[in-house]
Amino acid sequence: MKPAARKKIIQVIGFLALRAAMFLVLAILLLFLYDIGKNGGGVISWEFLSQAPRRGMTEGGIFPAIFGTFLVTVITAVLSVPLGMCAAIYLNEYAKQTGLTRLIRLSIRNLSGVPSIVYGLFGVILFVNVMRFGTSVLSAGLTLGLMTLPWTITASEEALKTIPNAYREGALALGATKWQMIRTNVLPYAVPGMLTGTVLGLARAAGETAPILFTGAAFYLPFLPKSLGDQFMALPYHLYIMATQHHAILQVRPLAYGTALVLIVLVLGMNMTAVVVRYRLRRKQR
Amino acid sequence: MSSAETASKIQARNLNFYYGDVRALKNVTIDCYDRKVTAIIGPSGCGKSTFIRTLNRMNDVIAGTRVEGTILLDGKDINAPDVDVVELRRRVGMVFQKPNPFPKSIFDNIAYGLRINGLRDRRKLEETVERSLRGAALWEEVKDRLDENAFALSGGQQQRLCIARSLAVEPEVILFDEPCSAIDPIATAKVEDLIEDLKKSYTVVIVTHNMQQAARVSDFTAFMMLGELVEFDVTEKIFTNPANKLTEDYVTGRFG
Repeated sequence: MKPAARKKIIQVIGFLALRAAMFLVLAILLLFLYDIGKNGGGVISWEFLSQAPRRGMTEGGIFPAIFGTFLVTVITAVLSVPLGMCAAIYLNEYAKQTGLTRLIRLSIRNLSGVPSIVYGLFGVILFVNVMRFGTSVLSAGLTLGLMTLPWTITASEEALKTIPNAYREGALALGATKWQMIRTNVLPYAVPGMLTGTVLGLARAAGETAPILFTGAAFYLPFLPKSLGDQFMALPYHLYIMATQHHAILQVRPLAYGTALVLIVLVLGMNMTAVVVRYRLRRKQR
Repeated sequence: MSSAETASKIQARNLNFYYGDVRALKNVTIDCYDRKVTAIIGPSGCGKSTFIRTLNRMNDVIAGTRVEGTILLDGKDINAPDVDVVELRRRVGMVFQKPNPFPKSIFDNIAYGLRINGLRDRRKLEETVERSLRGAALWEEVKDRLDENAFALSGGQQQRLCIARSLAVEPEVILFDEPCSAIDPIATAKVEDLIEDLKKSYTVVIVTHNMQQAARVSDFTAFMMLGELVEFDVTEKIFTNPANKLTEDYVTGRFG
C-alpha cells in the first residue's frame, strides 16, 4: 500500500473511532433520559408540581421539594457567587505568583475533589453546631455554598484568563488605575464566562443529597419553610427517600421517577440558561 | 551632537533593567527631545521594547522586574516614590505592537481614557473623539459609524484608532512599540505620515526593526544590541556615517 493511502485509511479509522465514542456517550445519556421520561412522564401533572405529598407520600405532589430546592439554591448562590468571583479576581488580577498563591490554588483544586458527604459533615459542625443555625435551610445552603466555591472560583478564574492581556495593558497605558482597568475592561468581558461556570456549579449543587442530608433537609414536612431557620424538603433527598426508604416502595415508584424527571429538567434547565445567557452577552459585545 | 537647540523631554541615565536575574538593559543613556521623533533600532531581543516600556513604567506590571538608574521626564524622576504612575501614563501614552482595540464601539474606545478620568459631559466627549480621530487621520473613514464595534475596522485602521485613543487623553509623549509590524505596507505608510504630523505637537519615541522606517520618520536614532546602547545620534549620521563599526554593519544589513 502506498504511504499516502495508508495515511488516509488511518485517518478514516481514527475519525470513526472518535465519532463512535461520541455516539456512545450520547446514547447512554439518551437511554437514561428515555427511561426516566417513560417511567416518570405519566405522573407529571399540574397537581404533581403544585401540591404537597399526601397519605404518607403515596399520593399528591412534590411542590415543597421543588420550593425547597429552589430556596436552598438561592442561598447557595448568594454565598458562592460573589465570594467565588471576588476570590478569582484577587487570584488572577492582584495576587503575585508566589508559593503561597500556588498553595491556595492547589487547595482550591483539591477542595473541588472532596466528597460531598464530607462537606455535609463539615456543615453540621460549622453551621449547625458552632454557628448555631440549627438544621435549617440556611445551614444547608451555606454548606452547598462552600461545596460549590471551588467550582465558582476555578470557573471564574478561567474566564478571567481568557481576557487578552492587551485589554489590560491598553487600559493601563491610558492612565487607568488597576481597579478601573479591571472594572471597565476586564470584568465586562469575563462575566459571561464567569456566570456560565457558576451556574453549572449551582446546577450541580441543586442535585446534591449528601451535603443537605444532615444540615437541613427533612424527610417530610407538612408546611413550607417560613424562615431561613426552618427545615425544608428538597428534590434529591425526596427522590432518595422515594426510591429507597419508603415503606411502600413499589407503590411510589412512579412518583420517584416523576421526581427524578423534575430534578433532571431543573438541572438541565439551569445549564441551558447558562448557555443562553453566555451566548446573549457574547453577542452583545460584538 | 546637534541637539543644543531642542529641549530634552526625557533623559534616561545609566538605565539598567532586570527580569529576575536577567539583565535586559545595561547602562543605557538616551535623550528623547521635545517635538522630535526618536527611533530605537536593533536586532530582536536587544532590549528596545524593554527600554520603551520603562518610559511609562509599563514594566511595573510584570512580576520580578527591577529598574536601576534614572529616567527624567521634564527633569523629574519618574521612578521617584511620590510619582503617581497613573498620571505618568496619562502624560506618556503608548501604542502597542499589535493593534489592541477594546471590544467596544469606536466612540467608546476613544472616549475610554476620558471617561476613566471622570469626564461625563457628552458634548465634550464628542468634541474630543472627533479631534482625536482627526488627529489620527481616521475621522473621514469612520465618522458615520462611530457606534460600530472597533473590531470591524481593518488592522491598519485599528492601529490608527489606538493612536487616536492615546491622543484623546492629551499626552505629552507618545511611545510606539513596533506599531507597524502587524499591519500591511499601505497602512504602514499612513501611520508613518501620521507620526510625521504628531511630532509637531508631541515627543515621539518609536521602536522599530524596520531600518528604512527609522530613517524615514525619525530625527534621532539609538542603535541597541544585547541590552547596550551602541550608538545614539542624529538619524542622518547613524545611517550615513556611523561612528561605530557595529552600527554600520547593522544599518547596511550585514547582520540582524
